[in-house]
Amino acid sequence: MNADVASAAGREGGSIGRWVAGRLTNLAPLVTLLFLVLVFSLMAPSFATLDNLGNIMRQVSITAIIATGLTFVILTAEIDLSVASIANAVGIVVAYFTLQETYVNIANVPMPGAVAILFALLAAFALGTVNAVGVTVIGIPSFIMTLAMMQIGAGISALLVRGQIAYAIPDPVRFLGSGMMGPFPSIVVVACLFLLVGHLVLTYTRFGRYVYMVGGNREAAEFSGVNVKLVIAAVMIISAVCCGVAGMLGVAYYGSAQQNEFDDYLLDSIAAVVVGGTSLFGGQGGIPNTILGLLVLGVLNNGLDHIDIDSFLKVLIRGLILLLALIINVYAQRLRNRAA
Amino acid sequence: MSEGKETPILEMVGIGKRFGGVTALTGIDFDLRRGEVHGLVGENGAGKSTLMKIIAGVHHGYDGEMRIDGQPVHFRSARDALAAGIGMVHQELSIVPQLSVAENVFLGVQPTNGLGVVSWGRMKREAREHLQLLGIDIDPSRETGTLPIGMQQLIEIGRVLFSGARIVILDEPTSALSPPEVKHLFEVLGRLKAKGTTFVFISHFLEDILEVSDRVTVFRNSRKVATVDAASVDKAWVIEQMIGAGHHELADAMLGEIRLESPKGAPVVFSARGLSRPRSFADVSFDVKAGEVVGLYGFMGSGQTELARALMGKARLHGGTVSMGGQEIRLRSTADAKKAGIALVPESRRAMLFTHEPVYKNISISILERISRLLLKPAEERRIAQGHVDALRIRPFSVEPEVRKLSGGNQQKVALARWLTHLPRLLVLSEPTKGMDVGAKDDVVKIVKGLKEKGVAVVVASAEPETVLTMADRILVMRKGQIAQEFAERGVSKDQLLAAA
Repeated sequence: MNADVASAAGREGGSIGRWVAGRLTNLAPLVTLLFLVLVFSLMAPSFATLDNLGNIMRQVSITAIIATGLTFVILTAEIDLSVASIANAVGIVVAYFTLQETYVNIANVPMPGAVAILFALLAAFALGTVNAVGVTVIGIPSFIMTLAMMQIGAGISALLVRGQIAYAIPDPVRFLGSGMMGPFPSIVVVACLFLLVGHLVLTYTRFGRYVYMVGGNREAAEFSGVNVKLVIAAVMIISAVCCGVAGMLGVAYYGSAQQNEFDDYLLDSIAAVVVGGTSLFGGQGGIPNTILGLLVLGVLNNGLDHIDIDSFLKVLIRGLILLLALIINVYAQRLRNRAA
Repeated sequence: MSEGKETPILEMVGIGKRFGGVTALTGIDFDLRRGEVHGLVGENGAGKSTLMKIIAGVHHGYDGEMRIDGQPVHFRSARDALAAGIGMVHQELSIVPQLSVAENVFLGVQPTNGLGVVSWGRMKREAREHLQLLGIDIDPSRETGTLPIGMQQLIEIGRVLFSGARIVILDEPTSALSPPEVKHLFEVLGRLKAKGTTFVFISHFLEDILEVSDRVTVFRNSRKVATVDAASVDKAWVIEQMIGAGHHELADAMLGEIRLESPKGAPVVFSARGLSRPRSFADVSFDVKAGEVVGLYGFMGSGQTELARALMGKARLHGGTVSMGGQEIRLRSTADAKKAGIALVPESRRAMLFTHEPVYKNISISILERISRLLLKPAEERRIAQGHVDALRIRPFSVEPEVRKLSGGNQQKVALARWLTHLPRLLVLSEPTKGMDVGAKDDVVKIVKGLKEKGVAVVVASAEPETVLTMADRILVMRKGQIAQEFAERGVSKDQLLAAA
């Protein structure tokens, strides 16, 4: 009872301005999103349609799965630059263990579909474990460790396909990546599921709390007896496994497995997490922020295709809008911190 | 000297300052005479730092008037204040440890030749000359971080002087120094004030203030209580002015002799044998019984802080054995220590609090694994936390506000509350009352007493004699990483402690 009275009093005590300031990190990306939707709707009649909404959802699904894992990593104030590279490698691994058409000139090792998927997931787990060991046991900063892993992943991809393109993948992967679940594209359903589970884990489990605490103040977490290294190892592995799934489904989504297929996803996934308002310094943010970031990014990428501008200019515009979103975020965060 | 007639170098009349609805200063008249050391004392929050920040140009929205050499001034920034000859040396030094002494002396204003290239030769020569004027003979190309803290501090004071300061504000300059270093600092101050430099000396160490100051000003509750000649008063008088009535236990510890009494016949909970860690401590052995509070006292850098960290598994032990309840344990990580029932409250609050999280999450973090296996139980967390907030009188009486919105003393209580739910077998407190005001210190002493009654073994490591004297049943004095002397079951005074360290 005491707690209720006290917290109610606290809520009444704060003015509306302070309430807004306290939530600016969440409101800023929401405002950006609404602004983008409004602008694109006015500029292109083809933008604000149900059909196009479906397009946007499909287009952000792979990023969403990667960003789910990346949110865990960034919340602990670490970074994973190997996400796209691991996704690519794992996508190729699953194709490598699948029987390809004869015209595909790859010395692959055909296995039953379930085994191929298992191997791919194990590969993702193993790459994540290497990241985890490098960061926690050896003590390499995650920025450098995952930069190395980015190269390793690219190397694995190159070795397995040797410049070729593989097409065949196990049926379950094909279904999840490019099939439909009733009226919904399965990849959207999978992405939503990942985001949901990620959110539940971060919000309602002890592990999730530890993720926030490690990111909020690593030393304090350590002094509280939290096994910080284990938490960081876990998030690195979670990230790699999410990437692995994204990689497999991505191969199905694009219909092929080849080198450098996922290169855009590194920036996209980091941008989604950060534009959404999750702090790169750790401890603040979460999956709801990531969802907002994904939508901002998805609307931006999609909307620019609907309006009639120089396609060479689009990349620049996209960069500038992302910069603007980040600037708004930084100021929002500063205001929030001052609202004490 | 006809001090009464001379125009004060700095004069403040009717100074008042409010932060939002909180009054920080009210009706302050204050002046500094040329070439004096002016001591400033008062509890945390009494207003002395606010006044100094006004003088140093940090705060500029205030009531009243400030005059320098009789001319009204109103600083807009620290840069303005420095241009008028006012410099401040903060408790946390702002020297750059990786740079050479000369570079630190000239930080930001390196002498350059016509091409804008730093002229190293000139810089070193001038740095050496400047420092020699302070009575410091040191190689200006040495890396500053390798010098003792006392020397680093003198270098920083030197820097402030060379940048043109005539009035230097020293914030807690002696808290990190050993007695010989304090003596050296005082000699330097004496020499500089003879040349006309004016100092403001802020400190919690009353002996130091009374020894070095010409005049002393006491603050209490945002007001100036008195300005007196330092020679005409003693410590007891100053304490009385500072804290008003009450707080006898602490006043006693500051003044008199404490009787130590260890619990007889209680089982030994923790024992350390031959602990060592290079450059920190060597061959340290001691036992702690249930319900016993062992004080580890030593000057800053004597090894007690590192020893406390090692007990929590935060600093690696290179030799020796540790056992809990007769069972030998290994301390490779904080998780190991926690499993063995050891908890540490480290010296810096920043190292133990999640400032952006609400109070209840800060309190529950250490017990999460006991109250939840997989899923969190926020209601349970809040209930436990609210109990502590009520019992420890943590203000505001709510578990929801983010910790950064609490005052320093309340933050410290939150950090302690973390270990009160499921009691550790051994609690290691490192500098538990550092920088706290008397009231909050009293509260911490009470919390430790409560733990002791529940049979928790406690180790209190501190460089402040008052802290160990008020809390400990038995005091181990550390000197240069080794236990130099033990005080147990007999009277001990602060003088004896200092003499042993």
